[in-house]
Amino acid sequence: MATVEVAFTPLPAHVRTARLIATAVARRSGVDESVLDEVRLAVGEACSRAVEAHRVYCPQQPIRVALTGDGERFEVVVTDAAPAVEPVPAGAAGSGSDTVIDGLAVIAGLADDVRIGAAGPGTSIAMSWKQRIPPA
Amino acid sequence: MDLKLGHYDKDGIEVVDVEGEIDVYTAPRLRELLIDLVNKKNYQLVVNMEKVEFLDSTGLGVLVGGLKRVRAHDGSLDLVCTQERILKIFRITGLTKVFGIHNSVDEAIAERKADK
Repeated sequence: MATVEVAFTPLPAHVRTARLIATAVARRSGVDESVLDEVRLAVGEACSRAVEAHRVYCPQQPIRVALTGDGERFEVVVTDAAPAVEPVPAGAAGSGSDTVIDGLAVIAGLADDVRIGAAGPGTSIAMSWKQRIPPA
Repeated sequence: MDLKLGHYDKDGIEVVDVEGEIDVYTAPRLRELLIDLVNKKNYQLVVNMEKVEFLDSTGLGVLVGGLKRVRAHDGSLDLVCTQERILKIFRITGLTKVFGIHNSVDEAIAERKADK
């Protein structure tokens, strides 16, 4: 069972909330302070990607974030319910003509381990980091 | 923290001050400002990111979009950033090779003037 589970409606404003929660839980779980920025950014990227996909395919469905610290690793799983077809780049919904930066590549550069898989009709992105301090 | 934006002219170059978080929620405001500046024929831009607390790939996309817009007019978009937490995302995405990244607004303007 996850330490903390969050579900939020696919609105860009809620991505910041998800980032704040992830950072707080990571800190509480004993993730090193030097890694918290990476957790914050990676979770933000995964949630932004999910929000954009939901806004296109299923705006009524919530996005789910599960955060777990097992003493050795801190893991965050972001699960969307959008059909796993062509990936929807961050910024696709109403972004005008901005260049699209691959959020998954950013996540891969930040997390110690990344696993991407199917989750029902959608996709889950599991990111994990080592816990360097015993959780409080 | 929300996003605060301001801009001013310095030596013929438009300096954009950005403060706060640039993410999927706030990036559209920065995009609108950059588009507005380009529409008003400001093609030499310096974006001061010294007070940016968070930047994600959506924000990077807006900056790259701004760069493309000014380059279409033979302009430039330089960045001022010394924060390691922000520079890291530029390195991960390889964008350190795309943007001129400077230590101060004065340095960015001086180097841009020297390139002319």
